[in-house]
Amino acid sequence: MTATVQQSPASTQVHERQVPALGGFNLTALKLEVRRVLRNRRTVMFIVVFPSLFFLMFSSAARGKDGVTQNPGVLAAIMISMAVYGAMVGTTSGGAAVAVERSLGWSRQLRLTPLRPAAYVAMKVLTAMTLGLIAIVVEFTFGAVTGVRLAPHVWILSGLAAWLCSFVFAAFGLFMGFLLPSENVMQVAGPVLAVLSMFGGLFIPLSALSPTMRTVAAFSPVYGVGQLARAPLMGGATAGAVLSVVAWTLLFGAAAMALFRRDTARV
Amino acid sequence: MLAVDLRNLTKRFGPVTAVNDLTLQIDSGEIVAFLGPNGAGKTTTIDMLLGLARPDVGTVRVYGHSPQDAVARGEVSAVMQNGGLLKDFTVAETVAYTASLYAHARPVPEVLERAGIGGIADRRVAKCSGGEQQRLRFAMALLSDPRLLVLDEPTTGMDVEGRRDFWGAIREDAERGRTVMFATHYLDEADAYADRIVLIRQGSVVADGTTSEIKNLASGRVVRATLPDADEESLRTLGGVTNVELRGDTVLVQCTDSDIVARHLLTRTAARDLEISSKNLEAAFVALTGDAASDAVATGVTR
Repeated sequence: MTATVQQSPASTQVHERQVPALGGFNLTALKLEVRRVLRNRRTVMFIVVFPSLFFLMFSSAARGKDGVTQNPGVLAAIMISMAVYGAMVGTTSGGAAVAVERSLGWSRQLRLTPLRPAAYVAMKVLTAMTLGLIAIVVEFTFGAVTGVRLAPHVWILSGLAAWLCSFVFAAFGLFMGFLLPSENVMQVAGPVLAVLSMFGGLFIPLSALSPTMRTVAAFSPVYGVGQLARAPLMGGATAGAVLSVVAWTLLFGAAAMALFRRDTARV
Repeated sequence: MLAVDLRNLTKRFGPVTAVNDLTLQIDSGEIVAFLGPNGAGKTTTIDMLLGLARPDVGTVRVYGHSPQDAVARGEVSAVMQNGGLLKDFTVAETVAYTASLYAHARPVPEVLERAGIGGIADRRVAKCSGGEQQRLRFAMALLSDPRLLVLDEPTTGMDVEGRRDFWGAIREDAERGRTVMFATHYLDEADAYADRIVLIRQGSVVADGTTSEIKNLASGRVVRATLPDADEESLRTLGGVTNVELRGDTVLVQCTDSDIVARHLLTRTAARDLEISSKNLEAAFVALTGDAASDAVATGVTR
């Protein structure tokens, strides 16, 4: 074996070895992560394409025949509901990605890096929230192009409410992700979200439900999010709606946290 | 300074003792093969070394740090047997993502080049062969410029060419003075790439020395022949026979006097294709781990 003449960078320690700040949390990783998720066609279908198609389907009655919008308020309400739905699916899938990454062994790979578990979860939550934001922006843009007209402050307040409240589903996704160690977690979570949306007033307006069903709807985790997102347009930011969002966030968040602790304790 | 300091490690999984009072020290700059049959406790020991498992008894220090600290500081990194990769990332993105997690990391193009995958930087992970994925894991492991590199059966499932290329890259890297510890059950890998071999059996170190020292442990010669339904017992009673092993239709007899064995096989049995070889690493391996290895597998000791 001949000795290498080349001076090796490996043998010289130019820097004191350090632990990264914030447990490895950083924006470069976040950017790469979001770009990677958006490369997945199925994810894009669910958070962007389907809500837009649903919007077109559900809004046909509200649209007039001759290019004159029959009922602009209903049209806008449906658009906001579909944006909430897209954001829900986006944030849930972002949180539920922990299950996929555990089943693929990526989590184990990351444990060989300085990334701390809490920083990992924080990045998952931010990825989820970014997907939620993308879903809302795309849906609103699609709505604007296809005839929705709203005052600027309604666009902004509705969008913000839909986005911030979709945090409930980032917590829900994390909970599902830590609960089900499976690559196909969204095949379980997806239908759950669809059913919750049905009973929570996203696919069918609450006013069209029977009084009994309306009572049931108020307990769906979707209820408060939808109410608050539509509130800038049509009112309805009740204490019940706020309570719904807060309570479900705390519940899913605590459950996800408990499972996360159990997961990291198992060294 | 000791790169690795494992003292009295014991790890049990239920009734199975995977690692049993194992003590091992590795000096900075050594290239050590951790050799043993499947189920000998190699992976469990490596998991404890990297902080992926906690020993029931004993202590682990890596360059003076706990495993978690050593990993966080980039003192140690590892190429695991089947560490997961995300299919939707490209090769370069996977490395860039990992690099962003360290306080200090080598430039991405540099580690790709050193791992020999600079040419496929933009390829999706899903489209990479097993060997390319393994070199990607190697590139990730180089990011922190670790003082200790741990490889757990890194060439499992690779074809001959893939193995050769992979070891070429590792060897080139090790010449820069990095400490390398690799687990393997391929004897030729241990023989070709390690300065020192630690032989492990049933969770304990059974031999530890240079390649030539390990070879000397098994004295005598090996007579190998094709002999279906060999009578193991009668072979054992021959003069100078130290061990008999049957592998399908092949019989391997370790002995101090190969003439007796060869004469017996060719005149009293239907043996053919007879070969006599002097002691080699494989013989040492069989002598030191042979019977115990099959016991270990039979009792279901894995990892």
